[in-house]
Amino acid sequence: MNTLFLAILTGGLFGFVLHRVGAGNPQNLINMLRLQDLHLAKVILLAIGFSSLILFALLATGTINDSHISIKAAYGGVIIGGLIFGIGFAIAGYCPGTCLVGVGGGRKDALFFIVGGLLGAVLFTLSYGWLVDSFPGVFANMAGGKVTVANTGVEKFGDLTGNLPAFGVAGAIAVVFMLGAWMLPKKFNI
Amino acid sequence: MQQIQWNWLKGGLILGAVFLLAVVLVKPIGVSTQFVIFDGIVWNMFTGDVVQVDETSKSGYSSNNAYLDKSDGKYAKNIANPWNYSFVFVLAMIGGGALSVMLQKGKVAAADKSAPKVFRESGHGNRYLVSFIGGVLVLFGARLAGGCTSGHMMSGMMQTSLSGYLFAFGTFAAGIPVAIFFYRKSAKGVE
Repeated sequence: MNTLFLAILTGGLFGFVLHRVGAGNPQNLINMLRLQDLHLAKVILLAIGFSSLILFALLATGTINDSHISIKAAYGGVIIGGLIFGIGFAIAGYCPGTCLVGVGGGRKDALFFIVGGLLGAVLFTLSYGWLVDSFPGVFANMAGGKVTVANTGVEKFGDLTGNLPAFGVAGAIAVVFMLGAWMLPKKFNI
Repeated sequence: MQQIQWNWLKGGLILGAVFLLAVVLVKPIGVSTQFVIFDGIVWNMFTGDVVQVDETSKSGYSSNNAYLDKSDGKYAKNIANPWNYSFVFVLAMIGGGALSVMLQKGKVAAADKSAPKVFRESGHGNRYLVSFIGGVLVLFGARLAGGCTSGHMMSGMMQTSLSGYLFAFGTFAAGIPVAIFFYRKSAKGVE
């Protein structure tokens, strides 16, 4: 199939579904982080658990093209970046994907978020060389870098549970995520 | 009129199916890299020398910027060829969101288009400025981390990537206390 056709299909579907689960609305994301409305947390936990369970079933049966698996490196900057990301996420209620859906739905504040995001991306692009030279430890791989907990069977990626059956490990994690989605209350009393 | 919102069970299963479909057909979903690519395309339009064809590089392109040149010029290549899968994917997301709004009767209320209710109750003045600053922090953080909610948290944890769990930990460790504090004056409870 044509690559651009696939991009429009999967990207369009992703935007549509993000909107339908309520992720294009910053009200829902802010109230999730305030622990006042955990609807989206339940959606995310179920989505991760469910997709992971099927993905590792496909890997175990060899019914998915291995080259599609892509693992990102683990390094200190992942946690530090996550913390910075979390602050912006909390005050704005958008992330890089949902702001696009927000703009598609006519939200003006999402447009300001995108412009800010483009500036943030430029700032990082320009400071990357200096950051790597000044703080090499932040970019140094942890636990081998591109590693997974359950073995994907793809040689170039390491794993943390080598001898255990991958489907069992990933399946157990997936069940924890799905149970979490099911048991999480709609809100916490704080 | 309320906008359509799927319940968590239906929403979670369909959202999971989309992430799965993407990795079965092409590769895991990711978004934040494309902010860099868009910047690079604009930058290259004005200067014309940010990315160069380079036969010695594995991707066939290189850049005089260290970040765009990283991973054998992978970003440089995408800037030189914007009509690639990942970039079109992100553009199509805007269309998908717009289509979902068009196909339902409930529209986004005018006041919500500028600021969500929780912000209007927060006592903070300028939503556009807060949203803009949020955008700067989110994309700087995402690029430092090498991914965002889609690439690290969803696609990453789907594949049980160590990096996905680390990113999710960082995001919620900062996001939960900041949101509780920043919106402490807003109404509590589920609507």
